[in-house]
Amino acid sequence: MSEVRTVRIGTGAGFAGDRIAPAVDLAKRGALDFLVFECLAERTIALAQQARLHDPSGGFDRLLERRLRAVLPACHANGTRIVTNMGAANPRAAARRAADVARDLGLRGLRVAAVLGDDVLDRTGDIALDELGATVRELGDRVISANAYTGIRGIVAALDAGADVVVCGRVADPALFVAPLVQTHRWAMDDWDRLGKGTLIGHLLECAAQVTGGYFADPGRKDVPNLAEIGFPIAEVGADGNAVVSKLEGTGGQVTRATCIEQLLYEVHDPAAYMQPDVIADFSQVQFERIGPDRVRVTGGTGRRAPAMLKVSVGYRDGWIGEGQISYAGSGCVARGRLAADLVTARLGPLGDDVLERRSDLIGYDAVSRAVRDPRPDPPEIRMRFAARCRTRAGAHRVAEEVEGLYLCGPSGGGGFTGRTQEVVAIASGYIAAPDVCQTHEMTET
Amino acid sequence: MRLRDIAHARTGDKGDTSNISVIAYRARDWPLIERTMTAERVARHFGIERADAVSRYALPQLHALNFVLRGFLTGGVTRSLAIDAHGKCLGATLLDIEMEAGGESLPRP
Repeated sequence: MSEVRTVRIGTGAGFAGDRIAPAVDLAKRGALDFLVFECLAERTIALAQQARLHDPSGGFDRLLERRLRAVLPACHANGTRIVTNMGAANPRAAARRAADVARDLGLRGLRVAAVLGDDVLDRTGDIALDELGATVRELGDRVISANAYTGIRGIVAALDAGADVVVCGRVADPALFVAPLVQTHRWAMDDWDRLGKGTLIGHLLECAAQVTGGYFADPGRKDVPNLAEIGFPIAEVGADGNAVVSKLEGTGGQVTRATCIEQLLYEVHDPAAYMQPDVIADFSQVQFERIGPDRVRVTGGTGRRAPAMLKVSVGYRDGWIGEGQISYAGSGCVARGRLAADLVTARLGPLGDDVLERRSDLIGYDAVSRAVRDPRPDPPEIRMRFAARCRTRAGAHRVAEEVEGLYLCGPSGGGGFTGRTQEVVAIASGYIAAPDVCQTHEMTET
Repeated sequence: MRLRDIAHARTGDKGDTSNISVIAYRARDWPLIERTMTAERVARHFGIERADAVSRYALPQLHALNFVLRGFLTGGVTRSLAIDAHGKCLGATLLDIEMEAGGESLPRP
């Protein structure tokens, strides 16, 4: 047996638009074994698939080149391996681009792996999409993409084959972190307890700054030091699966029990049954202990046998959204905003023809907190927002036109119109038998 | 006293389902939160009529509750017409719930 060691794993991005500087700092100073970039939201892969239809060499994360160019020199120098889902709808092309970036930086002998197998569009026809009460086949040519939430196997195999950079498409987010732990600590694929613990670590880290003081500050109650220079998280993970979450000294933000507890439950339903491709993780007995400044020990995660089915995310075209906004201020602004919304409703005509669904909000009054039913005094100003889903692009465009028309044909004092029209790429979920999905990888050496 | 004075919250979304965690700042406020912040109370706050649309999970060792609100995001982030299609703002509005009188002053985390 090799000596039991601690794996140091850090997060380089928690979503496609995440900041790049904290990842560079981690690459340089983190003494990391692995740096993980999680950049795929639910819909991203469907949008990427659309991009690939226009350009067969595209369809992967548009920031891949910038991110890798920024971190690869330090990662190469420090022996830090990279795992990412920036491959989106085209991991093969993304890996090629990654290798090009490495060559351009003069990094020779770097091994870049593309992990394939999550794209299951060719075998999803019979899959039932419960939210829609339809099968994928019944959506016809509206379907854009179908990707299974794959697990760790493809990444582990690529790392075993010596990959320095692993580029995937749709992989369950925590699996991006679990795979390096399994590969390094040689955990068994049926070691449900450790896979559960690894999933806990992956879940805590997958949103990057959300565990180091991002999405947290509430001035006067939850003050976060130096949020401007927030650092991304590091987990030091032992062979037993227990870990310490921290961040680099000198960075902003904070790692506390409170930031960890908030992130533990983020996007979790039943904490005792967090469904993953490789394990059903159980977070219900998790403990956090502060062991130093910005250092929190994580214990108590566990897991049980993996589910037989994998979740499949199906992207489909669902019409167009048209939106327009216009502001009203001063006394009576709420009444004028409501009148404006009524006018747009009347001018757009009845539902069902081109307009399928519509909604108006008074931003600053009831746009995000409709639930609070008490009468409220008029705020100093509101912004009327009208949005509708339409069958056609022209129909959606009319929504913004009718809001703009309020300038001369609406209530008094409307100003600051903006409008937009956007195709809706929606996501519905179904399930596929796990054995029907097989991951492989392809390696390139620079 | 509002819930905001004794607890913090974080909101997440998956498809058409929102989840909101409510976490006590101090151990001594946990029993009050645990007793009064029922699924029914949260459903009432958000004007949700179907009783089974809100589930509650408790993690007593962390003094934390997790509320799961199904079918509450008007279709979810990819197709909702709402301005906050993720529902990220919901947790902060939940913290405005009025708690029983007799609470203590603002704790610091």
